[in-house]
Amino acid sequence: MYLTREQEQILNGEKGEILQRMFRLLTRLGDIYNADKMIPIGSVQVAGVSYKSIGDPGLEFLEDLAQKGARVQVLTFLNPAGMDLEAWDTLNFPRDFSQKQLRIIKAFKQMGIVPTATCTPYLIGNLPRFGEHIAWSESSAVSFANSVIGARTNREGGPSALAAALCGLTPNYGLHLSQNRIPEVVIEVKAHISTFADFGALGHLIGKYVRNKIPYITGITDATTDHLKSLGAAMAASGAVALYHIKDITPESYHMDVKGLEKIQVSQKDIKEAYELLNQGSNPDIIIFGCPHSSLREIIELAKKVEGKKLKKPVWICTSRAMKEIVDRMGLTSIIEKAGGKIVADTCMVVSPIEKMGYSTTAVNSGKAAQYLPGFCKQTVVYGNIDDLIKEQIT
Amino acid sequence: MKGRTIFPGKAHGVALVSQEPVSFYGGIDVTTGIVIEKGHELEGQCIKDKIFVFPQGKGSTVGSYVLYGLKKNGLAPKAIINKETETIVATGAILAGIPAIDGIDINAIKTGDKLVVDADNGTVKLSRKTF
Repeated sequence: MYLTREQEQILNGEKGEILQRMFRLLTRLGDIYNADKMIPIGSVQVAGVSYKSIGDPGLEFLEDLAQKGARVQVLTFLNPAGMDLEAWDTLNFPRDFSQKQLRIIKAFKQMGIVPTATCTPYLIGNLPRFGEHIAWSESSAVSFANSVIGARTNREGGPSALAAALCGLTPNYGLHLSQNRIPEVVIEVKAHISTFADFGALGHLIGKYVRNKIPYITGITDATTDHLKSLGAAMAASGAVALYHIKDITPESYHMDVKGLEKIQVSQKDIKEAYELLNQGSNPDIIIFGCPHSSLREIIELAKKVEGKKLKKPVWICTSRAMKEIVDRMGLTSIIEKAGGKIVADTCMVVSPIEKMGYSTTAVNSGKAAQYLPGFCKQTVVYGNIDDLIKEQIT
Repeated sequence: MKGRTIFPGKAHGVALVSQEPVSFYGGIDVTTGIVIEKGHELEGQCIKDKIFVFPQGKGSTVGSYVLYGLKKNGLAPKAIINKETETIVATGAILAGIPAIDGIDINAIKTGDKLVVDADNGTVKLSRKTF
């Protein structure tokens, strides 16, 4: 791989031990994947934030870096933590867990990372432009940035994203190159897809079919960015899809030639079966929305549905702290709380320890959450769209 | 056998071989070094101080931190030999500083073989010497 004089100095340790170690990681990955050079990046999204995910090894690694003076060089945001970073006590998050979680956040802050704690950085101020090179982890954010925005990132892991943030560089391979962004399989949707949960079920199916290939999807006439967020998240969870194209909806779809590609059809029956597969239970202990983190539009929608009503079971809607500030000011938080619901910031059902908080059956409208909750949180999943899930809870 | 350097360094020791991919996150206990993945062919075995031979990693990217944690806890393998190293294991080996090589025909190695690993040059040799 070609390295500039300055990059050679980093690798030789002339810019300190931390940068040397982190840059060595990047050059190694570049060698493994045949990168020709390093490229500057516009921003970073770092995953591996919840104490539940990274445990003591991750905590010690991050504290070690922070103490040795590691500092990021580009705008760097953080993935969700394992708890609401402010209201953890009143929401009954375990105390020992919470103390470790706060140490992790402190280490990230010391490194100059913005402690956003959200999987939707693009909704709250980390918005790349079309074609911009970035180094993001968090598979749903990677999918959104590549597919909906047309920015360019590989599926980074937590440490490689952090290394990119500290060096301001990433190796030039994979989805940074135009020739690796072309579709490999066509998905013809012959079903009516309209709700967030429909898009999650469709994404779940596509991810299973194509695994880590790039799909080109036809038959979708309209979708909001919320729908696309749901679709991409599910695809990245059931498969490893980092980029998808939807005909006439996503920006790079206009230039893509799909002649001669393998075609897979998705029927209404397939979608119904996906719902049945994801829906493993009934009578949930808790209903949680916001995987990926809810947009303002989704919170407004929920507030309308529960205004003046009483919910039978706890209902959480997970979002970023920045979004919560706005909905607090709009008065939506108090509407949702009066109905018995909660707006939970900084975390989500997948990375928080809900299995230790007395919940065993969780209802969701997210294909990604439905995929991860049984394994990571030992939950039985109830899968449905928001109207049906809320209707059941209103007296 | 000659492969590609993932992380440089030299080591010698006894091989522990898995034909199945290995998930470090959820698959290996960071406080004991024992394989805990249910039904895995190495379930119950300890990777400490072994030359750990497996085709590739799998599972969550958090696995990189587990490799780092194993090293910190003194439970890491002496070296890693893969058929094809993916990013999780590559990242973990580099962060932890564990010599690692890929591009090796791992079918030619059996558990219990004595190996000399020169990850600087990407070579693995079977040794007759006792360690």
